[in-house]
Amino acid sequence: MSWWALLVLAAAAYGLKALGLVVLGPRAVEGPALRLAALLPAALLPALVVVNTFAGDRRLVLDARAVGLAVAILATWRRGPFLVVVGLAAASTALVRAVG
Amino acid sequence: MVAAHARGALEAAGNPVGGAPGAWQSRPMDDGDAPCPVGTPLPDDRPGVAAGPRADDDAPLPAPVRKDIWVVGAAVGVFGVSFGVLGTTAGLSVAQACVMSILVFTGASQFAVIGVLGSGGSLGSALGSALLLAARNAAYGVAMAPTLARRSLGRRLLAAQLVIDESTAMATAQPGRRAREEAFWTTGLAVFVCWNVGTVVGAVAGDAVGDPEALGLDAAFPAGFVALAVPHLRTRRGRVAAACGAAIALALIPLAPAGVPIVAAALGVVPAVLFGGEPPAAESGR
Repeated sequence: MSWWALLVLAAAAYGLKALGLVVLGPRAVEGPALRLAALLPAALLPALVVVNTFAGDRRLVLDARAVGLAVAILATWRRGPFLVVVGLAAASTALVRAVG
Repeated sequence: MVAAHARGALEAAGNPVGGAPGAWQSRPMDDGDAPCPVGTPLPDDRPGVAAGPRADDDAPLPAPVRKDIWVVGAAVGVFGVSFGVLGTTAGLSVAQACVMSILVFTGASQFAVIGVLGSGGSLGSALGSALLLAARNAAYGVAMAPTLARRSLGRRLLAAQLVIDESTAMATAQPGRRAREEAFWTTGLAVFVCWNVGTVVGAVAGDAVGDPEALGLDAAFPAGFVALAVPHLRTRRGRVAAACGAAIALALIPLAPAGVPIVAAALGVVPAVLFGGEPPAAESGR
């Protein structure tokens, strides 16, 4: 990857971050739009979970990551602390891969 | 609001009676009051409106939450190590991996770039999927704008670099404005430091770290997001948004290029606002 491409990526990534925060910042978001914005993490975090677990190359896949996700959901439901949730998910996925 | 604040403090202290899974999971940003019709102003940034500022708007970020933010940072540091290893394996130089973590600083996009490049994809498709993934940060910027609106332009330009999943998730999970802003900065800086230290370690140590996939580190990434999502599922609106977001992403994985499923999942907030209103009885039990 060229440095040129890397800097283009960096500039674009920063521009996207700044768009909502700096361009809209002073006026803030009003009324219904604010309620929508407040819910964005609720919609996007599960989407990231789903994509990082079940996405293959343009297809759905079921592999060792799904075991890690199931363990993570169980650990979260049992109110495990953050590091326990993350650690158990990694360990169970690694275990399934080692066995499989 | 005082009662709600006290409950929030109890939860933040890890009181099991409060039902909080962990100190880092505080109350969600809104919907803490009786059901509001769409368009009702949030308490955020409305000093002096109607009932006056909320009591918990001035409450600082509780110390246990602050501590747990660094736990999140430590976990992100491990992802950083895995990015450093995989990035150099995919053909980045050590310097490129480190500069990317400083300047691009949005993990999913960085993993997308090295994933596409490592599997022999074109530079165009690598940048395309990275930017589609980065587009969600624009949405996070919108979510954080009210909290940071009073800060100077320079401060907001600095804050913009820290607008990522973790900082937005931690911030919007806090009940009051001051705690939200403190959670944003603390999480953003903790993740920035840990992600970059991790990248350097992974890029330099390389093979000595081992294969990140054999260690299950790719599964640790979504697991962290599961934990971060929990505070956002306490309201019915949050649960509807989460279910719709996950369903949209799942449906689009086979149909659309990488990145699109996640950006499209932002539309999950629309049914949440339209149909996810709290039934009057549901609030009292929380």
